[in-house]
Amino acid sequence: MKITFDWLKKHLKINLKEKDLLKQLTNIGLEVETVEDLSPGIELFKIAKVIKTEKHPNADRLKICDVDIGKGELKKIVCGASNAREGLITIYAPPGAIIPKTQTKLVVAKIRDVISHGMLCSESELNLSNESEGIVELSTSKYQKKIGRRYFLESKTNTIDLSITPNRPDCLGVRGIARDLAASGFGKLINLKQKKIKSNIKHSLKVKINKEKNQTCSAFGSCLIKNVKNAESPQWLKNKLISVGQKPISAIVDITNYIMLDINRPLHAYDADKIEKGLIIRNSKSGEEFTALDNKSYKLEKDMCVISDANGVLGLGGIIGGTRSGTELDTKNILLESAYFKPRSIRNTAKKLNIDTDAKFRFERGIDPLSIKEGLNKAASLIKEICGGEISKIDIQKTENYKINKILFNPNLFEKISGFKISNREMVKILESLGFKTKKEGKFFSLTIPSWRPDIMQEIDIVEELVRISGFDKIKIVDPIKERTRSTLTKSQKLFHFLQRSIASKGYLEAITWSFSDSNYNDHFKSKCEDIRIINPISSELNVLRNSIYSNLIMYMRKNLDRGFKDLSIFEIGPIFSGPNPGEQNTVICGLSAGKKSRLSWIDEERDIDVFDVKRDVVQTLVEAGYSSDKFFIDDKTPNYYHPGKSGRLFLNQDKDHPIAYFGEIHPNILKKIDLKTESLVGFEIFMDNLKLTDKTLNNQKRKFEVSDFQKSERDFAFVVSKDLKAQDLINVISNIDQKLISNIRVFDVYEGENIPENQKSIAINITIQSKEKTLNDNDLEKINNLIIKTVENKTGAKIRS
Amino acid sequence: MSDLKKIKDDFLLKLEKKLSLSEINEIKTNLFGKNGLISSQFKKIGTISESEKKKFASELNLIKDELQNQINFKINEIQSVEINKKLEKEKVDITLPERTFVQGKIHPVSQTIDEISSIFSEIGFSVEEGPDVENEYNNFTALNTPDNHPARDMHDTFYLDEKKEKLLRTHTSPVQIRTMLKDKPPFKIIAPGRTYRSDSDQTHSPMFHQVEGLHIDKDITMGHLKGCLNYFIKEFFEIKKIKMRFRPSHFPFTEPSAEVDIGYEIKDGKIVIGEGDKWLEILGCGMVHPNVLKNVKVDSSKYQGYAFGIGIDRLAMLKYGINDLRAFFDCDYRWLNHFGFDPLDVPTNYRGLSR
Repeated sequence: MKITFDWLKKHLKINLKEKDLLKQLTNIGLEVETVEDLSPGIELFKIAKVIKTEKHPNADRLKICDVDIGKGELKKIVCGASNAREGLITIYAPPGAIIPKTQTKLVVAKIRDVISHGMLCSESELNLSNESEGIVELSTSKYQKKIGRRYFLESKTNTIDLSITPNRPDCLGVRGIARDLAASGFGKLINLKQKKIKSNIKHSLKVKINKEKNQTCSAFGSCLIKNVKNAESPQWLKNKLISVGQKPISAIVDITNYIMLDINRPLHAYDADKIEKGLIIRNSKSGEEFTALDNKSYKLEKDMCVISDANGVLGLGGIIGGTRSGTELDTKNILLESAYFKPRSIRNTAKKLNIDTDAKFRFERGIDPLSIKEGLNKAASLIKEICGGEISKIDIQKTENYKINKILFNPNLFEKISGFKISNREMVKILESLGFKTKKEGKFFSLTIPSWRPDIMQEIDIVEELVRISGFDKIKIVDPIKERTRSTLTKSQKLFHFLQRSIASKGYLEAITWSFSDSNYNDHFKSKCEDIRIINPISSELNVLRNSIYSNLIMYMRKNLDRGFKDLSIFEIGPIFSGPNPGEQNTVICGLSAGKKSRLSWIDEERDIDVFDVKRDVVQTLVEAGYSSDKFFIDDKTPNYYHPGKSGRLFLNQDKDHPIAYFGEIHPNILKKIDLKTESLVGFEIFMDNLKLTDKTLNNQKRKFEVSDFQKSERDFAFVVSKDLKAQDLINVISNIDQKLISNIRVFDVYEGENIPENQKSIAINITIQSKEKTLNDNDLEKINNLIIKTVENKTGAKIRS
Repeated sequence: MSDLKKIKDDFLLKLEKKLSLSEINEIKTNLFGKNGLISSQFKKIGTISESEKKKFASELNLIKDELQNQINFKINEIQSVEINKKLEKEKVDITLPERTFVQGKIHPVSQTIDEISSIFSEIGFSVEEGPDVENEYNNFTALNTPDNHPARDMHDTFYLDEKKEKLLRTHTSPVQIRTMLKDKPPFKIIAPGRTYRSDSDQTHSPMFHQVEGLHIDKDITMGHLKGCLNYFIKEFFEIKKIKMRFRPSHFPFTEPSAEVDIGYEIKDGKIVIGEGDKWLEILGCGMVHPNVLKNVKVDSSKYQGYAFGIGIDRLAMLKYGINDLRAFFDCDYRWLNHFGFDPLDVPTNYRGLSR
């Protein structure tokens, strides 16, 4: 909502400065968004006289004018207007001036090799009218003696742009804003006298509101004005509209706009001669069409509120008029409409048809239902003043009567909510200045809600008014008490934070990417999931909810590699989605590492990052989070976006249905498809929701401290086993032989090739044997060694390598 | 002079000279070898009369210890000289670069969430969560924003179905609804998380982060609201004084509603919070609307309280001098590395938010 200080002063008697006004507007909830000097440098435009013109040597249509800009100072100006002639008094804009229409700043320019020092302006360039043909012609008699003076006499005008919250339709008119300011003790609201208008003709157009279900229009007021002479608006009116960013069109349209902006009463003017046999306000039939004033044709659905005549739809009630009955400069007889439409239906219709107009914006927020007559009176008398004509009696059709709303307000509620006190007298004063009628009823106030405040429905809304106008700065701070009755985080939230920082501590940079993704990327990682489409995506690249974090992470990994970084690790912790319903989401930590673990340096050999690096990160993170590595089981069943031979699945306690993690190389085909170039790309996913939460706290997670100081012995074994045998199985067999004696198992070599039969491999293992009870003698050791060999050979088909 | 004394003096004299390791070993053999001088003296003990035996033995032991110590000392001296000589040859150029260490980082949004949680933890809030996909009821209707309410225009919503029943939550406020439906009052929670609006330009990202706050109890007033936010802002920006302004506003789910601005100024091109005469909007808040309480079956004649919603990304930008919101989700390695935090920098109550 745009206003100016000048306009406000029409409604508010005030001695204060604009600066204070701006502060107060914000203080009472009418937030000042911007203050814009509407006419910067307006004083630069001068009245000037063309002394001489000659033809431009290089252009047929251009003239070079010598222009007197005051005190005999002459400027050479190149001008293309056909009416530029000797003796013409016009308006001159010097270099540095900003042309109001185009907002361009003038500079000294060479036009076809001739230097022009400024410009002679047309009315349209100065936003004075739409006239763009030729330059302004000022009356010689009036301006002869004013050559060199500034043309615009008004002082600098600031347009104040207010952000009006959707609950305050009354402040979509300058008067509403003035009322709020006055209530807050900022000036005094001026009582505007209603002009009595003489109605001397009959209202001869019949208006009827169809009584039907879902009728949006509950009241329709109108009056007929005959024999008007529509024209351009007078300057004061044009200036008013321009000052709040509206474009003047014609007197009749400008007047309706002016009333709308002044008192928030939208009006519509019809060319009465184009209405066939009266107006009917009815619900549309499906498929009806009409062309609106925005020159677009709309096809209507069933039950939209239309204003129609015998020939069909004229306009959409409360939203937009139609071209068929629009007023034009030659319009003679007009019908002025001032109606009430129900907010919800207005919004519904406008949304379906995707129309946004000033009228719709106001009706959907709620117009004062009692302003119908006032609007008609004000507009009609202005039209008569500017365009002449005779005014008919006002006709108001109604399907419902306005019900006065009352609230019983308990003044104690104010302090109960706000925490501070104001007197009952103060409350009454504020409410009455906002337009409420107050009556004391015992402990309570019976309040009559002003008709322009549809937002006020219950007691709490009254509290809000009182706090707002008293000032939020009156609320006294109550310091919070430092007391905690519940733990801040749940177990799973703690785990989330722990895993996040644990992964980061392993060299991964945390990224946050969007929860939606490009389906082209997501397709690679969605496994068996269906696409979860966003029906109104911001771009086709973000059209699905991600089924995996990889979809985004790999795209950003590629971007970073394209930036020239070679070795990097990134991760994200966040939601992935398995369906379109609330709750069909899981929290996942997903990481990607690209390039090499080490680059050639004076101290290190080169090595590509590989699946065992990422396996370490996953396993170590889980161990740090408190999961025992004894309980980990790993197999090679992984989704198809992993390298089928170099990836693994990790689960706890043999629970294969709920894998805790996948890790491995990303499938080379995917890298090829998305054109990602790196030496190696490995990744992991940890599924937080599959991790069982321990109910133990740290203090009871610790087992009894037991160590052995008896001598330990290490022995190496090499087994030749089938190539298919998994190291994990071999280790399991060994560790189960004697858990009291075998304290550590370490694989130190895996070998295939020479000296080993085909389809077999050698696994070399170092085993630490230690007793908690005694120092083992040679005999004991020999016994356990033999048992190890025998058991492994029996259970795995292995042969000890001699 | 007894034999013992002579042996001692002779050998101590010998050991004072500069000796090689083999010369020392020779002396050692001469003294303590099988037929060494000291060893033979020990053999004599048996032949000495009982009356002198004790004295002799103790004297002998003393001399033995003294000589042995002197020999060990000489050996150590020589060995350490040799070790030092060897180490001298092993010297490396210690200015050569160390092995690389890859530093991981925590995203500034995550760090900020941890900071926020830590601050609110101190004054008794616990953390709640809700799903990113919400139904229309929780996101709007239950929050007193019925269909066709113009306030819905302020939320450009991503929908997942044509009926517009499922959507990506446009704010964290539906967590209020979920929390209050699930439990009984009092409530004192914050709910940080991802939020979505179909809006994308320099200052808007289709995804951003909010933290919701909700405190409902028997007599919670706007004074508590002001106190809570005043405390939070001071703690968060780690400054003693804060300029804060409550400005009336409108949210359908709170009444009265306010937006909160904090004072700032630009010093040397950097934003300084808490001083100056410029205002910056950082959050929206208000007293929970009785209609909302009714929707979640909380008796508004017994319980009342406040709610607030803060833009987390915005807070992070202000605190850490980040200019561009879009960069948060752009995943540029250099940006993550620059603005990220060491994972060991866990914000806590006892050691404060920052190092």
